[in-house]
Amino acid sequence: MSGFDLSGLTASFGGERVIGPLSLTVREGEQVALVGKSGAGKSTLIRLIHERVNRESSLVPQDLGLVNALPVFHNVFMGQLDKHATWYNTLTLIRPFSRNRDEVRELLKALGMAEKFWLPTASLSGGQRQRVAIARALYRNAPVLLADEPISALDGPMAHLVMALLKERFQTSIIALHDVEMALKYCSRIVGIQDGQVALDESSKRLTASDITSLY
Amino acid sequence: MLSSPTVRTSLIFVAVALIGLLFADIAITASNPWRDLGNFFLGVVTPNFFSSEGLMTALLRTVAFAFVGVALGSVCGFLLSLVYRFLPVRVFCAVIRAIHELFWALIFLQFFGFHPLTGVLAIAIPYSGIFAKVYSEILDETDPEPGRLLPPGTGTIAAFLYTRIPDCWVQLRTYTAYRLECGLRSSAILGFVGLPTLGFYLESSFSQGLYSDAGAMLILFYVLIATMPLWVKPKLLPVYILGAPFFLGEGLPIVWGNVERFFTEDIVPSPLRNGEGLAGLIPWLNDLMINEAMPGIWNTVILTQIALVATGILTSLAFPLISNHFGGPVRRTSGHVFLVIARSTPEYILAYILLQLWGPSMLPAVVALALHNGGIIGHLIGRQTNGIRLRPDAPTGFNRYSWELVPRVYRSFLAFLFYRWEIIMRETAILGILGIYTLGFYVDSAIQNIRFDRAMVLILITALLNIGVDILGRYIRRKLALQTMPTC
Repeated sequence: MSGFDLSGLTASFGGERVIGPLSLTVREGEQVALVGKSGAGKSTLIRLIHERVNRESSLVPQDLGLVNALPVFHNVFMGQLDKHATWYNTLTLIRPFSRNRDEVRELLKALGMAEKFWLPTASLSGGQRQRVAIARALYRNAPVLLADEPISALDGPMAHLVMALLKERFQTSIIALHDVEMALKYCSRIVGIQDGQVALDESSKRLTASDITSLY
Repeated sequence: MLSSPTVRTSLIFVAVALIGLLFADIAITASNPWRDLGNFFLGVVTPNFFSSEGLMTALLRTVAFAFVGVALGSVCGFLLSLVYRFLPVRVFCAVIRAIHELFWALIFLQFFGFHPLTGVLAIAIPYSGIFAKVYSEILDETDPEPGRLLPPGTGTIAAFLYTRIPDCWVQLRTYTAYRLECGLRSSAILGFVGLPTLGFYLESSFSQGLYSDAGAMLILFYVLIATMPLWVKPKLLPVYILGAPFFLGEGLPIVWGNVERFFTEDIVPSPLRNGEGLAGLIPWLNDLMINEAMPGIWNTVILTQIALVATGILTSLAFPLISNHFGGPVRRTSGHVFLVIARSTPEYILAYILLQLWGPSMLPAVVALALHNGGIIGHLIGRQTNGIRLRPDAPTGFNRYSWELVPRVYRSFLAFLFYRWEIIMRETAILGILGIYTLGFYVDSAIQNIRFDRAMVLILITALLNIGVDILGRYIRRKLALQTMPTC
């Protein structure tokens, strides 16, 4: 299964309901953009979905969750820790195998940062760090992508490159975006969130930017 | 001012110390203390490095015991830190670290004798307890987010190695290096109970009045600690750790019969051993409590409280010495030298020296504890003031001290003091071995009289007292919302 059907999603913060109750059905092959102004509950929704479909998803959280002291390679490799035995992972921590090195280098090349391979992520810029988290999600290679503002720190051409890559590599995805143009260009379905509820749910072909702007 | 909880707490502690002073035995009893002190300083400025070959051996043994003890302690402590969330583990660690290295050494001496194992375990056991606590605190501080993002099904060990260790590696390393420095001090004072480290040679030089030899030893010890960054290198560590066990010396062989006797006979309370049963145990305990434990606890608490306040006073006088906000480079350099010497000298050695010069009373102990702990906290607070940026037109001199700096650092000053409260008490108890009537005195005399059953009960009481003060200190720190880092 790589589509899913979620119902009764709710979240409260300090006794106040911030999300739902709402239902969301995502079919295999759909690319869903979550749009809405900040504070509408997009991040909370991504987190809720992740809790439900954990095993099936590659996640790019807003705060990235990198281990700052480890080099780029290891942060990306972490996406597949479950695929290897403990001795293999431990050895990789000390000296990576060339097979994994090549895989990760390939990914980083596609993201335009192959030369940062051995730098600790603490020394990278915001945009570079974001791409490391994206590389980790790509390396994880789960059937579903859950991403929370994955291009917020990237400049124009790089943002397009990353979105195209995500579209190509993940059949099914849910991406929270504040950039409406990007959402329309790279996603097949737009879900607008307002005050914790679904305020808009439409195929992106039938929408224009101005239809969405009313949510903001 | 008086309504501020931090000020009020400080005043209560000062008042307690003043009341304690009424009961404390503070005196200089030596017939000519200043001449002795003068001779000692003369010895320090005219050190004799070549009097005996024993000096270099003692230095080597001191380093070897420190390395083996701390390495063993850190490995055990690390393993314990992984299960530290379980209450029995916490209690176990609290007890083993509440018993001072010298007490452990005194215990092991009774059955292992002068075997290297005695010194190694005396350091490794309490250090395991300390490492377990601090390592687990450091591990708890790591960012949990990367761990949550791992693919489900990732092994526990891989998850731990990838997401926890790298995040706190620097802190773990810094703290372990700091503990190694403490280990050198612990190792040095183990000589006072007869192990072949610096303390042993210091004591024999002193008792023969060879102040120049003693001075040479102290100077070498300072050099050893001050140059640690130069000779303790990550790449050399495996060499040191693998090599150190070979430099512990031969000692005397372990007589296993003694080990068995110690556990099956010596530490069994004498009424039980003599078949008097529980009926005999009550009067035995009563006698122990009234004649030894109570006076020991009373003196330990009084001395601790006075020493704590004296440490505070010395700290507040000492930190401006290294603060960038006062004076020139010359004064700051001498300030640094003074603080380095104060904090590098183990309080036990300071107390021993002062006791030799001034005669037995609580005074040498108070001064020694205040100098050592004041040196440590003064250094930390002074460094902290260097991070403060004052407005360009800030007042100067004493007004700068009292209006700009003290209010800014007062909370961390108190935090450090309450953190070291328990450490001061542990040291106070142990100084009893030098002849001050704290708990250590009664432990030591029980051991001298071959009454190990009594000694064990007294050591346990000392441990409980330390744990009690630790809990109280933590409670006050939480109540006043004071924060400390573990590296103090």
